[in-house]
Parts: sequence; structure tokens; C-alpha cells
Amino acid sequence: MAKLNLNRVDMPKQADFIRRRNFDEVALGYTPAMAIEEAKRCLDCKKPFCVDGCPVEIDIPGFIRQIAAEDFAGAIKILKEKNCLPAVCGRVCPQEEQCEIKCILEKKGAPIAIGRLERFAAEWEAAQEEMEMPKIKEKTGKKVLVIGSGPAGITVAGDLILAGHDVDMFEALHEPGGVLTYGIPEFRLPGKVVRREIDYLQKLGVKLTNNYVVGKTRSLKRLLDDYDAVFLGTGAGLPWFMEIPGENLNGVYSANEYLTRVNLMRGFQYPKTYTPVIRHKRVAVVGGGNVAMDCARTALRLGAEEAYIVYRRSQKELPARFEEYENAEEEGVIFSFLTLPEKLVGDENGWLKEIECSRMELGEPDQSGRRRPVRIDGSEFILPMDACIVAIGNSPNPIIPDTTPELEVSRKGTIIVDESTGKTSIDRVWAGGDIVTGAATVILAMGAGRKAARDMQQYLSG
Amino acid sequence: MFEIIDRKMIVPNLHLLVVHAPEVVQDIKAGQFVIVHSGEGAERIPLTAADWNKEEGTLTIVFMEVGTSTNKLAELKAGDKIPTVVGPLGRPLEIENFGTVVCIGGCFGMGSIYPVVKALKEKGNKVITIMEGRSKNLLYWEDKLSNYSDKIIKVTRDGSYGYKGHIKKADDIIREIGVIPDRVIANGCTTLSYKTSKEYAHYNIPIIVTLNTIMIDGTGMCGVCRCTVDGKMKFACVDGPHFDGRLVDWEELSKRRQQYISEEAFLVHHSGCGGK
Repeated sequence: MAKLNLNRVDMPKQADFIRRRNFDEVALGYTPAMAIEEAKRCLDCKKPFCVDGCPVEIDIPGFIRQIAAEDFAGAIKILKEKNCLPAVCGRVCPQEEQCEIKCILEKKGAPIAIGRLERFAAEWEAAQEEMEMPKIKEKTGKKVLVIGSGPAGITVAGDLILAGHDVDMFEALHEPGGVLTYGIPEFRLPGKVVRREIDYLQKLGVKLTNNYVVGKTRSLKRLLDDYDAVFLGTGAGLPWFMEIPGENLNGVYSANEYLTRVNLMRGFQYPKTYTPVIRHKRVAVVGGGNVAMDCARTALRLGAEEAYIVYRRSQKELPARFEEYENAEEEGVIFSFLTLPEKLVGDENGWLKEIECSRMELGEPDQSGRRRPVRIDGSEFILPMDACIVAIGNSPNPIIPDTTPELEVSRKGTIIVDESTGKTSIDRVWAGGDIVTGAATVILAMGAGRKAARDMQQYLSG
Repeated sequence: MFEIIDRKMIVPNLHLLVVHAPEVVQDIKAGQFVIVHSGEGAERIPLTAADWNKEEGTLTIVFMEVGTSTNKLAELKAGDKIPTVVGPLGRPLEIENFGTVVCIGGCFGMGSIYPVVKALKEKGNKVITIMEGRSKNLLYWEDKLSNYSDKIIKVTRDGSYGYKGHIKKADDIIREIGVIPDRVIANGCTTLSYKTSKEYAHYNIPIIVTLNTIMIDGTGMCGVCRCTVDGKMKFACVDGPHFDGRLVDWEELSKRRQQYISEEAFLVHHSGCGGK
């Protein structure tokens, strides 16, 4: 057996001291030579465990084989058989806990960089003058409505348009993409990448309508008269707060608000654009997920002198991808682990001035298996801050459940579906993504979309 | 795209905007709002519907020119097109046969109270409408409001029309009506809503106000419109925008509304004449 190549090819990045002050993409992507070198490390296993780790079941060794053979067109074709958003997934999927963790070479500490290769193939395709369009099955005459144009909705729309159905997609905001557009910052997922993927869907024939709030503009029930099947992918809703005093002070934001101002409303170009974003000097972000990292890194790019992550557990429990933690740290984000905000204190004009915190220590594991943080008595201390961004998650969007009494929802407000099919309690209505699971990842939403699309297809062709 | 049918200044600083938005008006109800976004780079602005015509598919809004984004709206003319008019958003106002209802409209609220007055009248209520403004030349739509009101009371701060005063004392109004109303509904600036809530509090009747919070998406996602009502965190875009004014934390609300004053002033001073 040939000697294993454990030299995982690094992906070039913008230098930390430069990128911390700009909104350009951090990671620069592989060159063809780098991609080929990395692809050649793949052992092309007979039983590829990596595929089991992929929520949308991409033929991973298949596309990597094509890259190694310098057939980039072949690689993207294989990717697109299962994934309509390779440029997005190559960037934001947590490969290290999905496909790459299953790679045989992971045991040697150097799994194949599947995400980087996926991204490379997608970027290669985007740079070509012409894109090969997949074959669309003969028109069935069936009409499908996809509500929400985030990752779950995009997957359903992509799968069902290829199956020959007419697909309409309704978006509540003035730009499509859902969380990919309003949530994930430009430096991690450039807006033009998302727009490109949406353009592709439109080229396939998906009809997109922005500015349409189902449940308000028209009820779900009435829309069911016009469509054979409906998919609900309405995503995130009201942000959670900590329920401590002072959360309505000025200078306190939900992560959704902060990121929406900057991303969707292009606040990073203010005052050229009109949605104001205040240039805070000292910013604390509460939470430890990717969204928290996004907020802290955004604050630095908007000119903050210091941006903190305030997290009640330790670095080991941080739910963010390691890559994002590392990027944040390199850029100068300060991590205050084992810290619990107790009270937000304002000045006489209602603006945040400091956060009263307690130190924590880790106790016994809780239901999630993570060690439970316990407050250390008498450890109170003060963090002077002029902004606090609360990034501890959100509930599902309430509008459709509120206006559709027949729709079964859980106590948490998530829509209840059959796990294997995504079917809701209403006939001809499926759902998937954050509206079903609560806040999760792009790829899990896509996986849920794939599952629902499969069942919808079965229903529509039955 | 949404075509502008008409845009004119109806009284100083207040504009009437009529836009073709057939999907938006089909299911619209009194008290709901829309979000208008006039293009790349603009703000999303929540504005309460003041009238609509389902057959013609038109929506009428009255808005005040207060900053850069509303300056832009005020430049629109018939035939122009804007990319976003989304809605109707928010919960409809509760409309039942309550008995006697006092409806108070001030500023842009003289427009947005109109669908409320009309819906209440159609449900059989006795409707007393109070129009409030600084001076006679700032009152509008008296004829439209009269069509559905049992009584119209005009109040101007300088006494140039109707009663003199700033939000006429509740007790005087009640004396004039002759009965304690079953409900008060107020539309207008935060000061008007706040003062109404205080003035009528001792009658122990619901005082429904429409909160003008900052909003971005308006669909229950961003949370910037949060306010405290009855000690609980509420989101004006999906839980409101109508709340009982007796239970609203007004101090917090008015401070939250001031958040972007300096940024707005910056834009006004740096965007040249006419906001260009």
C-alpha cells in the first residue's frame, strides 16, 4: 500500500490584521493546483464513510476523483446531482463534524478537505462563461409552492423543478436567500455567491416572488387552493433574550437585528446606505455559536476597539465551528469564558454602559452531555461595554403557525412533522429547516428539504 | 415593482402616498401596516394603512417627512415605481360592537385612524372622532372621517379651529359626549399615545394605542421592535402594534425610539439638499 499523504493542503486566507477591518471574504479558496494536490490524497475508499456523514448524500469520492483527474466540469456535475448549493455548503457546512470526521484519514489527523474541494469546484464553475444546465423532466402540470427562500426552500425548489413540476417560491423580505442573505456575513459568505445560486434556480424555471408574507398577504389555506403541494421553510423567528434586567436598553441587540442591519440592509456601507449602524467601541456578544462569532467579527470590522465573546461554559463546549473560533481569535476577538451576564446597566439616557457578570465553573454533565455551568458565589465583576449583542438563539417564525390554527405545532412553536417525510398535520403541506428543528445549520435545513422534496415528489407523481 | 398612483403633500410635512399593491390590499384589515422600501440602500419603513380600494388594488398611506428615507419617499411622483410594499403586517385591530368608542387621530394618525373609524361604525358603534393638531392648517380628512363618525371634535393647540389645547382634557371630552366611552383608540405620535393613555386612565376603559417602534423586517425575526407591556417583553411587529396604553412602559419606549437620532441627523447634514 502506498504511503499515506497526510499533508492536508491549507487554504489561503486574508491576513488577520488586514481582514479584521474589511468585509471581504476571509478564505480565498484553492487554486487548481492546490485542489488537485488535495484531491489526490483521497484514498477513494470502497466503502466511503464520508458519504454517510453528508445530510444530502453527495457522492464525495466521485467528485474528488474528477478533481484529481483535472475534470472540474465532471466534479461539479456530480456535486449538483445531490446539492444545489455547493458554493454555499463548501463555505458554511460544518464538514469537520459531518463528512470529514468520517474520513479514514481523520484518524491520522489529516482528513481530506472535502469542503474546500466542494467550494473549489463551485467557484470553478462560476468562473466559466457557460454553465451546463441539467435536464429537466417533462412538465407534469403540477404546481408547487415553496414558502421561504432559505436553504431548505432552495433545496425543495431545486429538486422539484428538475422533476418537472412548476415551482413558485415566496420570500417575505426584499431579497431572497433567507439566513444566507440576512444572517451570514459577507466576509464568510459573500452576497454574490448566494445571488448566483438563486439566479441558477430562476434559470431552471423557479418563479420567485419577494415581499410576500404568507399568513399575512394571503393565508396558507387560501394558497392551498392554487397549488398541489406546499413546502414551509420559513425559518427563524423571534430572538431569545436572557431574561435579565436591562435587555431593552439602547445598545442591546439581538444577533438577528445586528446582522440584518449589516448584511441585508448593507449597513456596512453606511452612510452610503441609510439603515444606520452605530459604530460601538466596546462590544460584548453573548453566546458561543457561529452566529456569536459572526457578530463579534462584524463588530471589529465596524471599528470596535474591543469585541468580546461572553460565554458561560469553557472553550471546549463552544458550539461554534473550530475554524470560526480560530478565525475570531486571530482577528482579535477577546474570549471571556465561564462568564454569565447577570444584569445590563444603563446610563441616565437609557444607553448600556456596563454588564454585571458572574464567574462560572463547570459541574456535572446536563441532558445535552455538556458539563453544566455553575455560578461561583461572590465572583461578580463588571465589564464596561457600550453594546451587547445577544446571540443565544431564536424561536421559529410565528406568522404561519399563528394564522393557521389547523397546523400542529410543538410547545416551542416549531411545526410538528413526520420525521421521515417532513409531512405536517395539514394535507399537502410539508415543512423543514429551522421552522421544524429550531435554530440549526444550513446543511441540516437542506437535508430536511431533500427529505420533504422526495416525499412531495412521490405524492405528486402518485 | 409597485407603481405610485399619487403622492402629494396634504398638509405641511405630511404626505399622502397612493400605491398600486393589489396583493397587499386583498386581505388587509384596519390597523395593519406595510413596510415600504424604496430601493437598494434605503431603509425599510413601517407605515400604517390609511385607506385602500380592493377593486382598484390601491393602498393609501399618510406619512411624515422626518428624515433621509422619508425625504426619498416624499420625492416620489405618479408613475414612479418602488420595489417593495410588503404586508399587510401586524395584527388587525380588534373591531367589535363595543358601544361608544372615542377615536383620536393626530398627525399621520388622522389618516391611519380612518379605517378604524369606518370599521367601528360598520360594526354599529357610536364613534366619536377627535382630530388633533397644532393649528387648523395641519388638520385633514375631516370630510372622510365625518362620513363614519357620529361626532367630530377638533382640537388645535393654537385654538385656530375647534377647541384650544393639546389633546383636550379627557374630562372635557367625556362631558361633551355625555357618556363614558367603552373604549378609546389613539393613532399618532408617541406623545399623543402616551398622553391619551394617561388622560383617560382613570375611566378604567381599554385605551388602545398603536406603537411606532423602530422595525426592520416587520415579520418577527429581528426583535428591534421589542417593548415592555404589562411587564413582559412584546414584539410590536407580530404581537402588536396595538397594545393597551395603560400597560405600556412609555419611558423605555421613548428612549428606544431615540436610538438613531444622531445617525439620522448625520445623514440629513451630509446628504445635501433634497437628500441627494
